[in-house]
Amino acid sequence: MAATKLDRFLKSKSAGFILPFVATIVLFVVWELAVILFKIPAFNLPAPSSIAQATINFAPQLLANSLRTLWTTLLGFVLAVGVGVILGFMIGYSRVAYLTLYPLLVAFNTIPKAAIVPLLAIWFGANAIPATVTAFLLAFFPIAVNVALGLDTVEPEMKDVLRSLGASQVETFQKVGWPHTLPYIFASLKIAASFAFIGAVISESVASNAGLGYLIVQATADFNVPLAFAALLLLAVMGVVLYTFFVFVEKKVIYWAR
Amino acid sequence: MLPIAEIETVMVQPSLDSAFSDSRSPDTAPLLEFDQVGLEYPFEGTMRRIIQDVNLSIKPGEFVSFVGPSGCGKTSILRMVSGLNPAPIGEIRYRGKPITKPLNNVGIAFQNPVMLPWRNTINNVMLPLEIVQPYKREHKQKRAEHIRMAQDLLATVRLQDFQKQYPWQLSGGMRQRASLCRALIHQPEILLLDEPFGALDAFTREEMWSMLQALWMRVKCVAILITHDLREAVFLSDRVYVMSPRPSQIIYEEIINLPRPRNLEMELSDEFNHYFSSIRRHIHHN
Repeated sequence: MAATKLDRFLKSKSAGFILPFVATIVLFVVWELAVILFKIPAFNLPAPSSIAQATINFAPQLLANSLRTLWTTLLGFVLAVGVGVILGFMIGYSRVAYLTLYPLLVAFNTIPKAAIVPLLAIWFGANAIPATVTAFLLAFFPIAVNVALGLDTVEPEMKDVLRSLGASQVETFQKVGWPHTLPYIFASLKIAASFAFIGAVISESVASNAGLGYLIVQATADFNVPLAFAALLLLAVMGVVLYTFFVFVEKKVIYWAR
Repeated sequence: MLPIAEIETVMVQPSLDSAFSDSRSPDTAPLLEFDQVGLEYPFEGTMRRIIQDVNLSIKPGEFVSFVGPSGCGKTSILRMVSGLNPAPIGEIRYRGKPITKPLNNVGIAFQNPVMLPWRNTINNVMLPLEIVQPYKREHKQKRAEHIRMAQDLLATVRLQDFQKQYPWQLSGGMRQRASLCRALIHQPEILLLDEPFGALDAFTREEMWSMLQALWMRVKCVAILITHDLREAVFLSDRVYVMSPRPSQIIYEEIINLPRPRNLEMELSDEFNHYFSSIRRHIHHN
C-alpha cells in the first residue's frame, strides 16, 4: 500500500515542486551542519546562514547588480533568438547556406567566449555592451542548430503529401515546417537561456562596471565570500525562473508534443 | 469479420451525395497512359536499368495494382505518376498531357501513415481542403460543410468516435484509416497507395481492404496500389500487373472479374483462388 501511495505522489503535479524544494532544504541543512562540525572558515565556505545574512546586509547592491545581469542576459538572449532562428532557417532550407555557414558556425562556437571578452571591452568599453554581446554569442548557436535540425527532420512522406496536393513552399512551411520545428525551438530556448546567463556573467567578471559577475569578483577580492555566494545563489535562482518560464510556455504552445 | 452491410448503409446516406456529387463527365478515354516508361539509376559508375518498356492505360474509375518482387521499382512507378519524380524515359500522360511536375489532384497514402501530430484526427483529414482549390478558396465560408465531408469519410472507416483524438492516441490501423480519408477528402482523380497496409497485422489488413473499397467506391477515382500481398491485390483490383525482377517489365496482366462490393467471404471462393494462383505463378524472385 505504501508503494502505491508513493507512486501516486510521484505522478502528481505537486511532486515536481515539493521534491526539489525538500532537496534544497536538505542540502542547506547538511551544508550548515558540515560548516559547524568541521569548523570551516567563512572565507573558504560560508554557511547558508551567513550567506542569508550577507543577502540581507547587501540587499541593495545585490538587487541592482541582479537587475543589470538580468537585462543584459535577456537582451542578449532575445537577439540570439532572432539571429538564431533566422540562421537556423537559412541552414535548414538552403543547401548553399548550409554548406557555407555551418562549418563557420561550428568553428566560431568552438572559440572560448571568455577569450573574446577583452576584445569586446576594447571595442565597447567596460559597460553593459560586452555582457549583452557575450550572452548573445553563447546563446544563438544552440538555437540555430535546433531550428535547422527541426526543419531537416520533417518526414519526407509528409513533404510528398503536401507536394502532391500542389502546396507552395510557403504553405508547406506554414502547415508542416513551422509546427514541426517548434518543439526543437523550445528545447533550444531552455539551453540558450542558461547559456546567456553564463555569457553575461563571464563578461561581467572580466570587463564590466556592474552585474553579478562584477559583484562576485569584487566580493572575493575583499574576501567577502558570503556575498559572493549570495550572488551565485541569486544567479541560480534567476536561471531556474527563466527555465521554468520556458517550460510553462512550451506546455501551453506545444501541448501535442509527446 | 467486418459488417459490410453497415458500411453500405453509411455509403447511401443522402447527405453524402450532396457533399460528394460527382461533377466529372463519365468518359471512357484513358485518364492515364504509360508510353514506353523506363527508369535508370546510376550504380557503380554505370547506368542500371530499373524499369523498362511499361505500356498501359488506365480508364477513369479503375482500380489497378502492381505486384512483384521487392526492389523491382514499384514505388518508382507511383512517384512517376504523381509527378513527384516525372518519368525520365518515355512518358506518362494524364488526360493526354505528359506529367512533368506534381499533379495537384492526387491523393497519396504510404505504408507510414504520416499524420500531423499537432492536429487531431478530423483536422488531419481536412488538411487537403486547406491547400487544394476550389476547397481552399471556400474553406472559411464552407467550413461546416467541409467538417461534414470529413466526418462522413471517418464514419466510413468507423472512426467517427475518434475525431478529436490526436495521432498518438490512435492505433496504427486507425492512423492508416485516417490517412486514407485524408488522401480522398479532396475527391482526387487519382489515388496512389504505396503498400498502405504493409505494417499492419493480417486481421487488421483484411478489415482495411473492405474499408478502402468502400471509400474508393464513394469517390470513384482511379486507384493505383503497390503491394506485396497478392490476396490484397486480387481483393481490391480490377486489374493486376505483375512486374519482373530488374530490369522490371510488366510480364503478366490479370483482369479480376469479381462483383463489387467484394467481401471477405469471396476470398474462399474458387474464382478468387484461381486469380490468386495464376498471379502467383508469374512472380519470379530476384
